[in-house]
Amino acid sequence: MNTSGGKARAHWVLRGYGGLLNAVMAFFVVNVVLLIAAVAVDSFAKSWFRTWLPEGWTASWYTSAWKEFQLESVLTVTAEVVLFVVGMSVLVGVPAAYTLARRDFPGKRTLMVLFLLPLMVPPITYGIPLATVMYKIGIAGTLWGVVLANMIPTVPFVILVMTPFIEQIDPNLEAAARVCGAGIGRMFVYVLVPLLGPGILAASLLVLVRTMAMFELTFLVAGPDSQTLVVALYYAVFAAGVRAPQSVDAMAMLYMLSTLVWLVIALRFVNPTQLVSRVKEHPQHA
Amino acid sequence: MASLPTLQEPPVPRGAGGKLRFDPTYGLLAPATLFLLLVFVYPFVYGFVLSFQPNQGSWTSNYATFFSSPRLWPTILTTFKIAMPATLINLGVAVPLAFRLRVKSKYQKWTTAILVVPITLGTVLIADGMLTYFGPKGWLQLVLQSLHIVTADDPIRLTHNYIGVVLSLIVSGFPFVFLLVLSYITGIDPVLARAAATLGANPQQQFRHVYLPLLSPGLAMAFCLAFVQAFSVFPSAVLLGAPSGPTRVISIAAYEAAFEQYDYSMASCAAMIMGFVQLVVVSAALGLRSLFYRGPVVSGKG
Repeated sequence: MNTSGGKARAHWVLRGYGGLLNAVMAFFVVNVVLLIAAVAVDSFAKSWFRTWLPEGWTASWYTSAWKEFQLESVLTVTAEVVLFVVGMSVLVGVPAAYTLARRDFPGKRTLMVLFLLPLMVPPITYGIPLATVMYKIGIAGTLWGVVLANMIPTVPFVILVMTPFIEQIDPNLEAAARVCGAGIGRMFVYVLVPLLGPGILAASLLVLVRTMAMFELTFLVAGPDSQTLVVALYYAVFAAGVRAPQSVDAMAMLYMLSTLVWLVIALRFVNPTQLVSRVKEHPQHA
Repeated sequence: MASLPTLQEPPVPRGAGGKLRFDPTYGLLAPATLFLLLVFVYPFVYGFVLSFQPNQGSWTSNYATFFSSPRLWPTILTTFKIAMPATLINLGVAVPLAFRLRVKSKYQKWTTAILVVPITLGTVLIADGMLTYFGPKGWLQLVLQSLHIVTADDPIRLTHNYIGVVLSLIVSGFPFVFLLVLSYITGIDPVLARAAATLGANPQQQFRHVYLPLLSPGLAMAFCLAFVQAFSVFPSAVLLGAPSGPTRVISIAAYEAAFEQYDYSMASCAAMIMGFVQLVVVSAALGLRSLFYRGPVVSGKG
């Protein structure tokens, strides 16, 4: 049906369309990179006003931000929160993922909905009732309040990430361990955990990165002594007129570096799409 | 194969003891279930009940106040006006791009790795970066000035207004939608498209008749997740918007009720209304999808 002229036109339309898509993606990526670069340049700028680059360079904003925003204690709190959240999410999430991967039982679908909801409902929506309850029983403002709040999305996340890892382990290995007399605890420690090592590592890193960046829940339940870095950054940007913008940007850089280091490590073990969903890829042949 | 029923795994041998004994494997579910019931479900129920126990007035007076106060009910519309365009733009751009990048390549790997950065950094850092980069003294204005699109005295205002919030939802939301759609598309077996190609389908027809039907549950899900996130926008609406006026979204109203007026009952009411609106939109999207296409749902995706 197609004449050769029609084919050639279709070819050019297709190439133009492909070019347009590339341009859109390139435009987006370039702007994101420049956005981050602008923060980086500003954090080292003596003064920067309506020019392409600042007039002079200095690293002194980092020392002043460190003192001004009490970053030493903020970073300590952040490390504690992240450590506890990662550890407890794995301890609570992996056993649950095991049962979900290995057993079928009535009510499994309902339970899956319970485990998926915290990942779908945005934190602000359940965070306000949560903060209300936490203020009422008095754990809001404490480190444990922040840890518990942060675990709400991470426990389901660990379950979601770990279930496919567990599914691909041969159940005969567990059966063999049980036949040899291992209880469920020993079977877990000596058979499953070593086999699941890479999966647990991947899940831990992803939880770590997500907890570093989790703003809403920490913001709603934290007190002055239990702020994580991202919440401290919010307050600094919020009160922007008060401090030098370079000082705020220096803090933003510290936040960015401490998050991106873990992201880069995480990306060695997982596919980027795993940050947003559970992935089961089909083998792709070029 | 996504659309065909998969083989059931053989049943796992149950425990060493008799069949009547309780299988301890189920005990492993207890900590996670208890934790979520206590920390997620209970506060939600508590908030729901609390919203019907106002500080003064009858049991529905919070809701009556919300829907009559000119400071409160328009926040629903404001949030819609911000969230809907942002979601549609993100989805509209993400789908063709993800379709184009569906085959594994170096390009796909690098693009996804770069796009994951804004998601990881989160809205607070993006807000800070946007204030520097899009602000009246930022690089973007300098580029526009050197192109003589704007003058130094009359810069385009991209921060502290409606546009700023929508832009921030695109910067943080587009990568999220893109990666989500990409994960759905790569989950579709390319053999199906190759079979269609063997029968003479060009890429457009492959998309329209093979990918789109299989993708529609994923697209509906991506729309829901993206919309729900955009609808609960908080930090960027405060930092990049005009939180007292044009970008006073519903989460700001809820936050103010809780932490500035200490009226937790009213705050719970606002949070419940926010959740309810999200539920309505999600149900509408999923309902629309089932009208559009009925068939096996792509499985194994969460």
